[in-house]
Amino acid sequence: MGEMIKMVVVLTFLSVISGGALAYVQKNTTNLIEDNKLQFVKGPAIKTILSGTSNNPVSDRFTIEQGDKKDIFFVGKYDGTPKTVAFETFGKGFGGDVYVVLGVDMDTDKLTGVRVTTMNETPGVGARAKTDLTFVSQFAGQPLEGTFKVKADGGQVDAIGGATITSRAVSAALTDASKLYHELKPQIIEKAKALK
Amino acid sequence: MAKSLVQEFTKGLWKEVPPFRLVLGLCPTLAVTKSVENGVGMGIAFTAVLVGSNILVSLLRNVIPSKVRIACYIIIIATFVTLIDLLMQAYAFPLSQKLGIFIPLIVVNCIVLGRAEAFASKNGILASTADAFGMGIGYTFALGALAAVRELIGTGSLVGEIPYLFKYNLPNLFGPHYQPFDFMVQAPGAFIGLGLMLCLMNLTAKK
Repeated sequence: MGEMIKMVVVLTFLSVISGGALAYVQKNTTNLIEDNKLQFVKGPAIKTILSGTSNNPVSDRFTIEQGDKKDIFFVGKYDGTPKTVAFETFGKGFGGDVYVVLGVDMDTDKLTGVRVTTMNETPGVGARAKTDLTFVSQFAGQPLEGTFKVKADGGQVDAIGGATITSRAVSAALTDASKLYHELKPQIIEKAKALK
Repeated sequence: MAKSLVQEFTKGLWKEVPPFRLVLGLCPTLAVTKSVENGVGMGIAFTAVLVGSNILVSLLRNVIPSKVRIACYIIIIATFVTLIDLLMQAYAFPLSQKLGIFIPLIVVNCIVLGRAEAFASKNGILASTADAFGMGIGYTFALGALAAVRELIGTGSLVGEIPYLFKYNLPNLFGPHYQPFDFMVQAPGAFIGLGLMLCLMNLTAKK
C-alpha cells in the first residue's frame, strides 16, 4: 500500500512540475513563435506587396476581432505615414482553401498587389496562381470594390487557362476581402494611425 | 566509482559514440543528415534534451519507485523535448522548420531513454552530466560527419548556418565542373553513407 501511494505521489508531482514548466515557457514564447511564423511564412508575400515601405510591415500589425473571427492587418508606411494595409483572406479552391494576401491603398481603395500564399492546388495547373505572377498581377491597380468574378461567370477577371476553379477561389477571396475592408475601414484607419 | 569523470565524458566521443558504435538513434541519423546544418542542429537539440533528462533522472534516482521508473523518465524526457521544441521555434525558427517532426521525435529516441535507464538512474549527478555531454557531443559529431559526407557528395558544396554559433560557406569544393551526385542527399544515400561509416569504424576498431 505504501509503495502504491509513493508511486502515485511521485508521478503526480512530476507531472505537475512538468506541466507548470511547460505552461510557463509556452506563455513566454507564444508571441515570439507567432512573430516568426508571420515573418518567415507570410512575410515574403507581404513584403513584395508592400514594397518600398519605410517600416517593416510584418512587425507593424494589429488585429481586429469580430465575434470569434480574428483578422490581422499589416500596415505599410511611406515616409512615416501609414498608407497601405495588407491582409489575408481565402476562397474555396480545387484542393482546399486558397489563401490570398492583398494590399490596399487606404487613400484610393485600390489594390496595390495580390499574392497567393498557402494553397494545395494541382501542380502545373491551379498552382500557377502562386508561381506564375501574370495572373495575380492583373489585380494591381484595380479598385477593391464589389464582387470579383471570372469572365466565364460574367465578371472581369481573366482566369488561368485550365484552372477556373482556382481562379474562382482567388476571386472569391478578393470579394470577401472587399466586403471585410469596407466594413472595417474606419477601424482599420484608426488603428493604423494609432500604431507608433 | 570505477571510472573517472573524464572517462565518462570521453567514452561517448569515440568508444561508445551512439550511432556508430551502439547503432542507436538511427531514425534521425538517417533522416536529417541531408546537410551539415540540419545534422548539427539536430545534434545540439538532442544534447540539450539528454543533459537535462540525465541530470534530473540522476537527481531523482532515489525517489523514483522502480515499478514506474519508465513512466517517470518519459515524463521528464517529454518535458525537455517540448521545451526545446518551443525554444527552437521561438529563437531558431528556420532551423526548427527544417527539422520539423524530428525534434518532437527525440522523445522516442532510444539513446535518451537508454542513458536514463542504463546510466543516470545508477550514477551520481556529476557522472551523469559528463556522460550526457559526452554522448551528446559524440552524437552531434557523428551526425555532422555523416551529413558533411552526404552534403559534399550530393551537392558539391557545404553551405549553411548554425544559429548563434557559426556560418560556413564553401561552395563548389570540387571545382565548377563537378556534377552533384543527388543520390547521396536522398534517403537511400543515407543508408549507404551510414553503412560505409560503420564499416570504417569497425575497420579502425579491429586494429
